[in-house]
Amino acid sequence: MAIVKIEKLSKNYQMGRLNVAALRDVNLTFEEGQYIAIMGPSGSGKSTLLNLLGCLDRPTGGCYYLGKDDVAQMEDDELSMIRGQRIGFIFQSYNLIAQLNVIENIEVPMYYQGISARKSAERAKELAELVGLGDRIDHRPSELSGGQQQRVAIARALANDPLILLADEPTGNLDTKSGGEILHLLDDLNNQGKTLIVVTHDAQVAKRAEMVIHLLDGTVERIERNSKGN
Amino acid sequence: MTWYRLRQTIKLGAKSLWMHRLRSTLTALGIIFGVCSVIAMLAIGEGASQEAQDQIARLGSRNVIIKTIKPPEEERADVQGARLQEYGLTYADAEQFKHTIPDIQVVVPQRRLMQEAWYLNRKVAIEVIGTIPWYTEIAPVDIRQGRFLESADLKYRQKVCIIDEEIFNKLFLFDDPLGADVKISGDFYRVIGIVSKVESASENGASEADSSGQIGGVAGNVYIPLTTAKQRFGEINLQIGTSGQNMEKVELQQITIQVKKTEHVLPTVEILNNLLSRSHKKKDYQIVVPLELLRQAAQTKKIFSIVLGSIAAISLLVGGIGIMNIMLATVSERTREIGIRRALGAKRRDIIFQFLSETVMLTMAGGLLGIVLGSLIPFLVTHFASMPTIVTGSSLILSFGISAAIGVTFGIYPAYRAAHMDPIESLRHE
Repeated sequence: MAIVKIEKLSKNYQMGRLNVAALRDVNLTFEEGQYIAIMGPSGSGKSTLLNLLGCLDRPTGGCYYLGKDDVAQMEDDELSMIRGQRIGFIFQSYNLIAQLNVIENIEVPMYYQGISARKSAERAKELAELVGLGDRIDHRPSELSGGQQQRVAIARALANDPLILLADEPTGNLDTKSGGEILHLLDDLNNQGKTLIVVTHDAQVAKRAEMVIHLLDGTVERIERNSKGN
Repeated sequence: MTWYRLRQTIKLGAKSLWMHRLRSTLTALGIIFGVCSVIAMLAIGEGASQEAQDQIARLGSRNVIIKTIKPPEEERADVQGARLQEYGLTYADAEQFKHTIPDIQVVVPQRRLMQEAWYLNRKVAIEVIGTIPWYTEIAPVDIRQGRFLESADLKYRQKVCIIDEEIFNKLFLFDDPLGADVKISGDFYRVIGIVSKVESASENGASEADSSGQIGGVAGNVYIPLTTAKQRFGEINLQIGTSGQNMEKVELQQITIQVKKTEHVLPTVEILNNLLSRSHKKKDYQIVVPLELLRQAAQTKKIFSIVLGSIAAISLLVGGIGIMNIMLATVSERTREIGIRRALGAKRRDIIFQFLSETVMLTMAGGLLGIVLGSLIPFLVTHFASMPTIVTGSSLILSFGISAAIGVTFGIYPAYRAAHMDPIESLRHE
């Protein structure tokens, strides 16, 4: 079943008097449980596509079906809802909230969905254990290593059981060892059925995906398919 | 917005305020001092006007007081040798008032003389007030023992007197005063009653403008029948000065009129002015209208409150602007956090609510502290400067309400700014 379906998606930016097309007529379809990597040099439209997939931005034209709904031209409040319910973000720089401890950081997305305190605390604890941080639930982000912080971010991304996990250079700020651990954790999640979209310029990361989308100048240059489990 | 989310928001707000304790405190100082000054100023203003109003109210709001004053031209025409000056209010005036003015409740003529009272070997300076039984209607005298004057006392010119508590304390100490004889100006008067001391402003005013021109510093009042006063003290007052002997003839020092209702006061004053200007060629009287004084005092209080209120309001405004300034800085400092929250599903109104609640919490905490300090200052003022102050409940509620309102007013713009930042830009913010 197609979980993400993009048709003729385009995005133009107005830069001074110039109208720059960042994405032109992109068509993509992702199935549930797929592991997708998006690659491309800078300026290829990677970030634009990521922002559109993450519902942080609205396209100039085209359709974007996330689940059953076309989210392309939704209102700001509806997009907030979609982001909270259907998308799990994993950022390069983790983006944890400094004042909050591990549990509280994992709880943030659930808080905006109005999940009760008891339920969300329970779920946050489960997720912390799932990513291997069961013994650090009351630590602040500043008291954790980079790899640990990214684990918290992954747990937070899973909080509302989203349709897709959207990772932007998830290992970009990590050393090889902890980066490898994070990639392993993502593999595990994918094996459990999570749909995973990773934006990267690291070929080692992309190698793990079953589908690699190469972008160039705002269009899909080619789609590379690996056999799953590589 | 569920109760849970409200609680979480408050918890979160308190947490981030607590993380920046120093900044929060400094920010709240504007509100603390603003609220503090509102309460302290209102309390001092209220206290001062209450005192003035109490003083005037003791004169009686339905009373009109007419006093004898020495006409100015008489003083200039002071020539060598003995001469008789005749001026002031008369018994005829009192009779005329009684018969010509409508809506009158009672007319109380008074003779007032500075004297000394003796009991055994003790002496005290007093003001003798020769009056009629209805004096109790126009002045707040409470009878503590015995009785006040009665018609029979006047009819038979009884040599009886009623003393006030102050004189009782000075002359009698532990003796029973009722039935004792007090010597005033060579005559003995039997004490028939003790009343509370009247500290009305009329006494103070009278002693200055009093025709008898005696030395002040009296301990209290002694009331005797008006008829007795006329018989025993006469109406001629002899003064021996460097320029020779001076004789003054004054029948009554004061006439107090009480009307039936307060709305009758002003028409009555008009009639009085008419009557007196016709019967008195010289301006040897003065009309005091406590009600008018009361109105003036109320007006003064209103102006006072407005002036003080505006000063305090300006300081609150300055505090509010300070808060807005800091909140704008906080918002830009937390741009990234806002971006994260937006990416994780926060709606614009969630962000607005988060920052607004932080501001309101800050100002309300400041308001509470201000109330505590503001209630303390009037207490200290009363204690050290012995000025009366009144902290009214309404001023507390008002200033707390204002501080909450300032939180909302000056918090809304920073919160709006926070909510309308582009999530993509915010996430990139370092």
